[in-house]
Amino acid sequence: MGGLVPGISTIAAPIDRLFTVVLIVTGVAFFLVEGILITFLVRYRHRTDRRATFIHGNRTVEVTWTLVPGLMLFGLAIFQYGTWRQAKIAFPDESRAQLVGVSANQFEWNATYPGADGQLGTPDDLAAPINVLHFPVGVPVIIELQSTDVIHSFFIPVLRVKQDAVPGRPVSVWFEATQSGQHELACAELCGLGHYRMRGQVTFEAPEDFEAWLVELAARQAGG
Amino acid sequence: MLRREAGLLVFLGVALALASCGGGAETPAPSAEDQESPPPAATGAGTISGVINFSGTAPEAEPILMDAEAICAEQYPDGAFGETVVANSNGTLQNVFVYVKEGLPDQEWPVSSEGVLLDQSGCRYHPHVLGIQAGQTLIIRNSDGILHNIHPMPVVNRPFNLGQPVEMDSEKSFATPEVMIPVECDVHDWMLGYIGVLSHPFFAVSGSDGSFSISGLPAGNYVVEAWHELYGTQTISVSVAEGGTEQIEFTYAGS
Amino acid sequence: MSGTTELSFIRRYVFSTDHKVIGRQFLFTALAFFTLGGTLAMLMRTQLAWPWQEIPFLGKLLYGNSGNILAPEAYPALVTMHGTIMIFFFIIPILSGAFGNFLIPLMIGARDMAFPRLNLLSYWVMVPAFLVMLSSFFVATGTAAAGWTSYVPLSALPDMIPGSEAGQTLWVISLMLVGTSSLMGAINYITTIVMLRAPGMDMFRLPMTIWALFVTAILVTFATPVLTAALILLLLERSIGTLFFTVGAGGQAILWQHLFWFYSHPAVYIMILPAMGIASDVISTFSRKPLFGYKPMVYAIMAIAGLGFIVWGHHMFVSGMNPLLGMTFMTSTMMIALPSAIKTFNWLGTLWRGDLHLTAPMLNALAFVSTFVIGGLSGVYTAATPVDIFLHDTYWIVGHIHYVLFGGSVFGVFAAVQYWFPKMFGRMMNDAWGKIHFGLTFVSFNLVFIPMFILGAYGMPRRIADPYQYDMFAPLQGLNQFMTISLYVLALTQVFFFVNVFYSLVRGKAAPSNPWQANTLEWTVSSPPPHENFDEVPTVYRGPYEYSSPLVAEDWLPQDRFVDGARPPSVPERPYPAASPASD
Repeated sequence: MGGLVPGISTIAAPIDRLFTVVLIVTGVAFFLVEGILITFLVRYRHRTDRRATFIHGNRTVEVTWTLVPGLMLFGLAIFQYGTWRQAKIAFPDESRAQLVGVSANQFEWNATYPGADGQLGTPDDLAAPINVLHFPVGVPVIIELQSTDVIHSFFIPVLRVKQDAVPGRPVSVWFEATQSGQHELACAELCGLGHYRMRGQVTFEAPEDFEAWLVELAARQAGG
Repeated sequence: MLRREAGLLVFLGVALALASCGGGAETPAPSAEDQESPPPAATGAGTISGVINFSGTAPEAEPILMDAEAICAEQYPDGAFGETVVANSNGTLQNVFVYVKEGLPDQEWPVSSEGVLLDQSGCRYHPHVLGIQAGQTLIIRNSDGILHNIHPMPVVNRPFNLGQPVEMDSEKSFATPEVMIPVECDVHDWMLGYIGVLSHPFFAVSGSDGSFSISGLPAGNYVVEAWHELYGTQTISVSVAEGGTEQIEFTYAGS
Repeated sequence: MSGTTELSFIRRYVFSTDHKVIGRQFLFTALAFFTLGGTLAMLMRTQLAWPWQEIPFLGKLLYGNSGNILAPEAYPALVTMHGTIMIFFFIIPILSGAFGNFLIPLMIGARDMAFPRLNLLSYWVMVPAFLVMLSSFFVATGTAAAGWTSYVPLSALPDMIPGSEAGQTLWVISLMLVGTSSLMGAINYITTIVMLRAPGMDMFRLPMTIWALFVTAILVTFATPVLTAALILLLLERSIGTLFFTVGAGGQAILWQHLFWFYSHPAVYIMILPAMGIASDVISTFSRKPLFGYKPMVYAIMAIAGLGFIVWGHHMFVSGMNPLLGMTFMTSTMMIALPSAIKTFNWLGTLWRGDLHLTAPMLNALAFVSTFVIGGLSGVYTAATPVDIFLHDTYWIVGHIHYVLFGGSVFGVFAAVQYWFPKMFGRMMNDAWGKIHFGLTFVSFNLVFIPMFILGAYGMPRRIADPYQYDMFAPLQGLNQFMTISLYVLALTQVFFFVNVFYSLVRGKAAPSNPWQANTLEWTVSSPPPHENFDEVPTVYRGPYEYSSPLVAEDWLPQDRFVDGARPPSVPERPYPAASPASD
């Protein structure tokens, strides 16, 4: 994944590493199995001078190829608990994070930012234009994600972040961006006829630029 | 044994009946030529015309932030604003739907074979308010070339939800009179329009000079209603002589 | 009253209680739906290659109301019906319905199913199911369009997408009928396999096809009622305004997902296990060698089924479900790869030192193994919960499911049809055409579906009518076009298969009772078998895979052939019923 889509969050590298680990394990398994298959097809093709070997199995072999993959798979699962915790369970402290409210509905992303009081859900909140989102770089961002109608899914590939937005059930999702840039937010859960175009324009920028943008938002909202 | 087979056949028959009551396939919008009996001639030559006055100040128009839709945003270099209240410079109000509510003879009114155009352009509905006859073709045009969906929310009529991903025209119609049907686009939340569906052709929408004119009326005593999306409805009773013209004025007050 | 009375045409071919007739009915109906589901896929892929372009021929016919192009509300409808039809009207009916019905009594040495009339019903309940589902294509607002997964609220609220009007209701009713049919079949299969085995046919002498169908039937019995319950809840929500899924009224949108996946995860094993059993039989027969690790293979099937009930949450890692469950479901999901891996190794073990005859059925069975491996391995990535954050709902999943469902189940179907066609219809299929079909299908299939993993690694989501609206996916259009053209080739290739089937039905060479020199009981009777299968109830002396046995000169040894030195038949646990089960 890292080779195809840049990763610009703190969770991207661990996730990409896991992908690589699985790639290596499954790659070896793939070449081994398919290689053996093709070898056997060639080697044991019907010849009139040969009879198949009359054998029903081999206990040692059976136990080996049960235990070894079994332990590997189990290990692979446990090995990933840490990264999953980091991604979905261990949220940063709210006091040092940028809070953003994202409300999804057919077919748009509505981002709200806390106003001067630093709290979401108060009258001084700033509403970004539809489908426009900005996030600061180098600062943990905690998004309170909601939907107003059907299930949508908040997916920013470069962040390796995805979370379903479920109506009536706010869910928090967090990330920390590591690089500035313009990227896209896609909806990743079928939500209607406009699902294919539920596209957010996401800007990651230095904290100063982010603050400046918030000021601009406030001015637009007040001045009209 | 025969009973078992008969039972199965009954079951199948019921299932088929259930299946077929889902409704027919899409039928094209009927036009005047399709109507069975020759329509009575469009009677009368009377006219009701007038003006929608607007006193006071209109609420400040909300800015529409089209940042994420470049194709539309660039059509409004000075910014785009909501159309809830569009007051004209001459003290009149635009986008008021005026129609004959009562007093028409009880008859079938011929439906024009020409369609009424609703154009999505610059991520706005043009016109913002329109009138159409029940059964008349509504031509929905996407002039923007980006996805719009036309999602009217009728109460009496059958709703529909049509996506237009590219520049194209679609045709629809409403079968039952209904005043007014809000129309929205789910892709562009700020897009809002209204459609008034009537069984007769006696309606108009006030324009940029606040005036309206309804013609072709037979002589009679009528109740005319004006509808505005924010300020609501008002009625005026008026009598029209054969071939006569009557002037009426509505007045809405801003805050 | 058996065999002597001449039954009417209707009683023999339409409303028959003979498991063989019912099996054939399922077979042809399922193949018809395969073509419908495939056509829907071609429409989808045409849109993905050239979005919003006028579709030749079909555009005017199907999409005249939207300017001969696919409308944005029509694409999710296509996606939904493709999945629904392929799963519920093709794969499950053909594997469990067609081959389950046809083979179970024959392979266990019984004259028919335990409940022949229930069997008749299980097919004929599918007929209203078909009709109701097909009728949804003709409603003004279109078919269901919330995905085959039908998540609420999209499927519960009619104004969220046109397909959620009448089309969705018809979908729900149809699937309730399908579930009813499945349950009837499952009860019949379980009872038949437990109670009607011929003397000497111990459970551990059953062919793998039967073991697989048996465990599948148990899966059906336990899982299908949960889907039916979910469908009932959805129907009530849509019709009388109950609030099971409505938040704010105490309901939960995620409830649907739990109920749906509790069934639908075992459902995917319902779709693959019979194919695994079939692959074992075909591979053993054409390797002229006993199946390697028969008992481990049986236990692996049981493990897949058992574990299959505790992995459903892996479809819901990012659903908003408690993230702690992500860890538990990841673990169980990783572990379910193990029994499949064991089976793969045992298939390789069967091939090892075998005497391989690469007939068309064998080639398809080998294609099953090779592509199923890819499908299974691709699942390890999605089982890895952190990686699934990226891959969930992308084309990676679409690639994964098609490798296990087409690569797995469908190649299994091709193998099964060509293997048992002689028994079912008394004629041979053309093996040369079968090989051409295999080769072209195998190549074009991989060309369509391997790139899906690339698309998924780019994060391209599924069910998106025009991915190129996103700058990040715009470069992928070329690859999508390549995949679409490969699909056209794959579709055209199936002509070889269908022509082979229908031509052979009328002009195929007459088939002997045992063209493959196979061991299992169905090959001991004529092709096709007589009405009650066995003139004399067979006695079974050995397992089904005694190929190349030193006991005999030939390289095959049927289950019912007595040979000096063979183990005498064990005493049956219960007396075999002397009379045939009541049939009329």
